[in-house]
Amino acid sequence: MKARSLTLVDRLTIAIPFAWLLAFLALPLVSVAGLSIHEIADSIPPIAPLFSHAHGHFAIHASLRAFALIGSDALYLSAFWNGFVNAALTAGGCILVGFPLAYAIARSPEKRRNLYVLLAVLPFWTSFLLRAYAWMGLIRDSGPINALLLALGVIHHPIAILYSPAAVLLVMVYSYLPFFVLPMYAVLEKLPLDLLAAASDLGARPAYVFRTVILPLSLPGIVSGAILVFVPAVGEYVIPELVGNSNTMMIGGILWEEFFQNRDWPLAAAIAIVTFGLLMAPALLLRRSMGRLVGAGL
Amino acid sequence: MSIQERPILQIRNLSKSFGATRVLSGISLDIPRGSIVSLLGRSGSGKTTLLQLIAGLHDPDAGTLSIAGADMANVPAFERPVNMMFQSYALFPHLSVADNIVYGLKASRTPRAERERLLKWVLELVRLEGLGARRPDQLSGGQRQRVALARCLVLKPTVLLLDEPMAALDRGLRADVQKELTGIQRKVGTTFVLVTHDQDEAMAMSDYIAVMDQGDIVQFGTPREVYEFPRTRFVASFLGTINLFECGRVERFPSHCQVTTEDGLTITASCNADSSIEPGHAVGVRPEKISIARGPSASANNFAGVIERLSYCGNLSHATVRLAGGRAVEATVVNSDHTGADALAPGAAVYVAFPPEAAVALRT
Amino acid sequence: MNHPRQRPWQSVTLVLGFAFLYIPIAWIVFFSFCGDPPGGGGIHFSLRWYEALMANDELREAASRSLVLALLSSPIAAVLGGLAGIGLARLERFPGRSLMIALLAIPIFAPEILIGFAFLMLFASAEALTGWSQGKGMLTLVIAHATLGTPIVASVVFARVMGRDRSLEDAARDLGARPLRVLVTVTVPLAAPGILSGWLLALTLSFDDVVTSSFLAGPENTTLPMAIFSGLRVGLDPQINAVGTLMVVGVAAIAAVFHMALRVGVWTRRVRGSFPGGGA
Repeated sequence: MKARSLTLVDRLTIAIPFAWLLAFLALPLVSVAGLSIHEIADSIPPIAPLFSHAHGHFAIHASLRAFALIGSDALYLSAFWNGFVNAALTAGGCILVGFPLAYAIARSPEKRRNLYVLLAVLPFWTSFLLRAYAWMGLIRDSGPINALLLALGVIHHPIAILYSPAAVLLVMVYSYLPFFVLPMYAVLEKLPLDLLAAASDLGARPAYVFRTVILPLSLPGIVSGAILVFVPAVGEYVIPELVGNSNTMMIGGILWEEFFQNRDWPLAAAIAIVTFGLLMAPALLLRRSMGRLVGAGL
Repeated sequence: MSIQERPILQIRNLSKSFGATRVLSGISLDIPRGSIVSLLGRSGSGKTTLLQLIAGLHDPDAGTLSIAGADMANVPAFERPVNMMFQSYALFPHLSVADNIVYGLKASRTPRAERERLLKWVLELVRLEGLGARRPDQLSGGQRQRVALARCLVLKPTVLLLDEPMAALDRGLRADVQKELTGIQRKVGTTFVLVTHDQDEAMAMSDYIAVMDQGDIVQFGTPREVYEFPRTRFVASFLGTINLFECGRVERFPSHCQVTTEDGLTITASCNADSSIEPGHAVGVRPEKISIARGPSASANNFAGVIERLSYCGNLSHATVRLAGGRAVEATVVNSDHTGADALAPGAAVYVAFPPEAAVALRT
Repeated sequence: MNHPRQRPWQSVTLVLGFAFLYIPIAWIVFFSFCGDPPGGGGIHFSLRWYEALMANDELREAASRSLVLALLSSPIAAVLGGLAGIGLARLERFPGRSLMIALLAIPIFAPEILIGFAFLMLFASAEALTGWSQGKGMLTLVIAHATLGTPIVASVVFARVMGRDRSLEDAARDLGARPLRVLVTVTVPLAAPGILSGWLLALTLSFDDVVTSSFLAGPENTTLPMAIFSGLRVGLDPQINAVGTLMVVGVAAIAAVFHMALRVGVWTRRVRGSFPGGGA
């Protein structure tokens, strides 16, 4: 691209959204960081001001209490652990279910592909709350899945799927699937068919072709798709709240609780900051693939 | 018939349709062992599909295909003694040149020592020694082609298929690459079947050409046979250019025929008892068989006309001569006169002439 | 170009995959027409839940509020995201580009609860510092939803504009068009399908949003998802099936119209290979 100087129009095109984002995204995040070191107080809002200027005496009331609490209390540590483990399992589930689906779509006749992609994405457009609700109806004790298993004689009384970590995982994989399938499909679609034909022609059986050609070439797509699922899944609140139980208290849950119930804003903010920081690592890993993902039209 | 003489590839009545489109209609073909055969035709003629059927990438709807006497029905691609060099080369981007080349050997679990030996042999054969560690994106177009070729040759296939091998190369390289390919083929002795739409390439490289049109093989023969004795108007016009004279009235004589066209030209063509020209057929004469002179010659076919257009192309000159009756005739002359003293010029009144043997009967 | 044989497992995978995706939706639709609550006995056709839904003032108000919110915030997201996408695609370097990309990435990547929380902090601080009393209200919701939607639009528009033929803009400039005219008459029309589909995405996202809305809306400002969510925590209410079906039908209708109108290619960007295409 030829280097030409930026015109006023160019600058405005960037400046307008940039200014908005700085004001309404960067600033809030910074204020959350700031909030995490505030002390709590019995007021509305329930935080003591950072600076006070009483009797000519200037003082800073900052405290790392919130962070200390997170680092020491088992409740918070296990919530973080649960959050990350669950997100990792969700990512794994999305790979297991999403990769074959994305592959099957990528290899279907060209005229059908767009339809299939649309079909795969359509559920994403309908309310995800409703779909979680639907699963609740499907997996509860008197629901059809249990009914089917009972009828087949596999089990003798209904198994409690609903309100368990398994339910959380199931609904999360379901809800996050489009996040994986779409970029995965975009990568697979660009895989030259010639390569597969050549491998076959050279004497490789289908399983060997998969192992030596398809898998290595799709790996970057799998990784970025997985991260695209993992990062938002870490802080998921709604799904564990709906279909989980007290054992599935994760980051989203304790943040909500600390904020709304315990009114400990600095602690909630600290949880947010720590989570954000921990997630930066995979996000930074992803930076190189981000261009491709953005290009996948997410 | 000895083993040496039996065709290595035998195709009988092969048909293939994709959906509603019939791509191949009952093709039959014998390909001699150790030869280079070109499938020549336009886009849509079915040539690439035929190649894919030989490779096993698709199954035919009807007909049989045998390689070295063995019927290939139900034999999947990875089990056939055939390898294909793709138009895009299809090199694995995540593997080095060496790993690309030994891919097939690894897939069939050839022992390491054997693999190394074959790799060394083939790298030398295609002149890529020392480049084994490079990646495909670090190679030039010509080098990539040689890797694709090596990848196939290392498996010692019975038949090697090449899909438009020159298409991705710069024009300037093509002549050299053609020579190199034919040289390699002579050394290794593998049967080459190549698909091309470029008739110069087909004629330069092949022992035999199968001219294809709309799913049929229209003519099969050596380049000379197909060029000098085309059987149909299509073959005649597809390979090179030809002047076509439609036959109006035909008078037969013991050693020749006299054909009168609608615009009154009488052409003497040599033909015998079994090659009969009928009204409605055509007679074709290649431009290079036509000579241009300032005066009439002793030739049986002599027509007066004026040079309407002249293209000087270095070694040849192409002239369009407008005959007295209004018909235009294309003639090609070699510019053997270095000084240009005898050069023709547009507007010159000339005589075009050609011998009776140069007139070829075209039935359809 | 002919494609190699389709193996049977591909069809099986497609069927199973889509079944997995659509069974819950089919479930909702099915039971919205079912007279008895799921699992509660017989199955007979009834519009009872739709009637109850029509009579449910609370839900209807929440729904209209959600609609208004979505219709207000999505155009803002469309404009901001459109500008951002176009700007990023046209200008390959400018100061702060990495920061801008990072900011755009955050709402897509980061857990929404973090962002919703951050919004609340911003507005609460604004309230505390300036005495502005609109901390929880429609305005903050609109701003928040617009901010959430912007990266989606930006992403789709970026992909679309990146794939364009750059010589079109050069030609316009060569013909004497000034930068603004080039933008409006060449770039924006090229980006338009992306802006449109991004806008629709932002619309549905806003309509569906529960976490950020919960942080920012007060009890008098309840949105539909919030109402559904609190209802769900209490138990299963068949009226929700009716709501769900209506939403599904609505979205499917929009998507169908949209798909037919645009016919292809905003979801994926197809890059033609560099090798010459081979004929048959």
